[in-house]
Amino acid sequence: MRCTEVLAFAVRGVTANKLRSALTTLGIMIGVASVILLIAVGNGASQSVQQSIAGLGTNVLTISPQRAQPGSSAKELTTADARALADPVEAPAVRSASPVASTSATAAHADVSYSISQFIGTDPAYFSTTNSAVAQGALFTADDLAQGRKVVVIGATVATQLFPSTSPVGESILVNNIPFTVVGVLAGKGSSGLQDADDTAVAPLSTVQNALTGYGSLSQIVVQATSADTISTAQAQVTTILDGRHKVGFGQTADYRVLSQEQLLTARTATTDTFTVLLASVAAISLLVGGIGVTNIMLVTVTERIREIGIRKAVGARRGAILGQFLLEATMLSLFGGLLGVAAGFLGARFTIAGITPVIVPSSVLLAFAVSALIGLFFGSYPASRAARLRPIEALRHE
Amino acid sequence: MNAPVIEVRDLRKTYGTGDTAVHALRGLDLTVARGDYLAIMGASGSGKSTLLNILGCLDIPSSGRYLLDGIDTAEFGEAQLGILRNRKIGFVFQSFNLIPRTSALANVELPLVYAGVRRAERRERAMAALRLVGLDDRAHHRPNELSGGQQQRVAIARALVTAPAIVLADEPTGNLDTRSSQDVMGILDRLNASGRTVVLITHEDDVAAHADRVVRVVDGRVAQGVPA
Repeated sequence: MRCTEVLAFAVRGVTANKLRSALTTLGIMIGVASVILLIAVGNGASQSVQQSIAGLGTNVLTISPQRAQPGSSAKELTTADARALADPVEAPAVRSASPVASTSATAAHADVSYSISQFIGTDPAYFSTTNSAVAQGALFTADDLAQGRKVVVIGATVATQLFPSTSPVGESILVNNIPFTVVGVLAGKGSSGLQDADDTAVAPLSTVQNALTGYGSLSQIVVQATSADTISTAQAQVTTILDGRHKVGFGQTADYRVLSQEQLLTARTATTDTFTVLLASVAAISLLVGGIGVTNIMLVTVTERIREIGIRKAVGARRGAILGQFLLEATMLSLFGGLLGVAAGFLGARFTIAGITPVIVPSSVLLAFAVSALIGLFFGSYPASRAARLRPIEALRHE
Repeated sequence: MNAPVIEVRDLRKTYGTGDTAVHALRGLDLTVARGDYLAIMGASGSGKSTLLNILGCLDIPSSGRYLLDGIDTAEFGEAQLGILRNRKIGFVFQSFNLIPRTSALANVELPLVYAGVRRAERRERAMAALRLVGLDDRAHHRPNELSGGQQQRVAIARALVTAPAIVLADEPTGNLDTRSSQDVMGILDRLNASGRTVVLITHEDDVAAHADRVVRVVDGRVAQGVPA
């Protein structure tokens, strides 16, 4: 009895019932592919968040308003706050402080209308602070800000939505029915996790406050420190100035919040980590369900063939030969299904899923493959080994 | 004549324990000489099938001695019994027991594969066995493409392909029509005529008439004084 004969029996066993073999393979394939793909999606999301935040630079502080406790006199962030923060004497570690008023707005050009999720009013320093580069045309100038001109720089997503075929520079768009002239298009930054960073438009603060948001509070002040090393000095200076201006006493909760990019990164990473864990648990469940399916088919396959095992034993097959045959059959199905699953996972990872480019985690490939193969092997070989231990007459009588 | 092929002494087989125990064999003695053609008859539940399964090493007795070709099978382990089934015994079942979705030729080759016979020789011997049962033209048909009689002839070919010391047949014609039964019995007759030892179980007197000797099993023992 040679190994090649056992292999030949196993091949014949697999090909004898093609539908059943195909279903087993399919179950393993789906389990493996879903684990690989879902983990890749989670990983891709967290990587793109990290990249987009890292792209903002490490010397940036974001100040946003925070509702203080009821009863206290919470003051809003104002343009005057931003000017005070840019004072080179009071805050030498601050290079620039850009006031940001943001809103959502509907933009229209010709008969195309598009809802911009972030319409930002700010000053020209904002562009260098946020590492925004211009792809076409130019950025708006300090003069545009001073004169309150209705000019706008649009993000890449907005540009492709409103101007699918023509160049937007010099064209006029209607923002909430107010005409703006497009002076430039920002270079694409890509999606930052669940948010499209290119779905934006930037205009002078004076214009946005005049036309859209009113002269009320700012949504943010974006501060650029002189360098990455002075970021904590800058944070201290910003806090001192704002505490003074907002009359925040010692021990009181401030009505604003200063976040560095590092803190932002930590917060966002925690979010995407949760997301990844969620996806991984969904994937684990699908692997489990796939595994149960495989288990079921393997059990049925072996139970159905206990009689065949009896026949083989009756003509003199050793236990090892029978075990080897069923083990090889299970191995072939598991390996084939696993390989198909890996291939499907890699293929699926080439597509963008819900705005996220999946990034495959090598260990997930290994894990999914190993788990499915082991399930197939165990549940293929365990009932077979029990059947092989029966006396031939018991196996033959099995119905 | 040298030692008998089968020598059974005080063979007992009990299924279950205690009150529910069923005594299928109660001290059965039997001797089958080389070249013998023996029919075992008996009512349902008389223990004749249990006897044949033990003779075929498909089952093991609760107690008693069974010498096959002079070898005491009680000393044999599971693996050695497998070798014994492979080399010494050809078993023909009432329900054929061919492996489904597998050609007649592959079914006949099966014992030779487990015996470790090389491919070319295996094919040659399997074809010779099929020729002997007159089915060499159906070698590549699957069991479900053959009639009952043809399937039983394939099963006989499988039983004799290893040139065993004995051929055991458990109601080989039980599932067959008269015509197919005659074919099958004709083959067994020719096997015996060429010197092979044949032991078969049957209900039918005209099948038993093919044998040289008839043994009746009653309540797990060989009934005494019944002439052949």
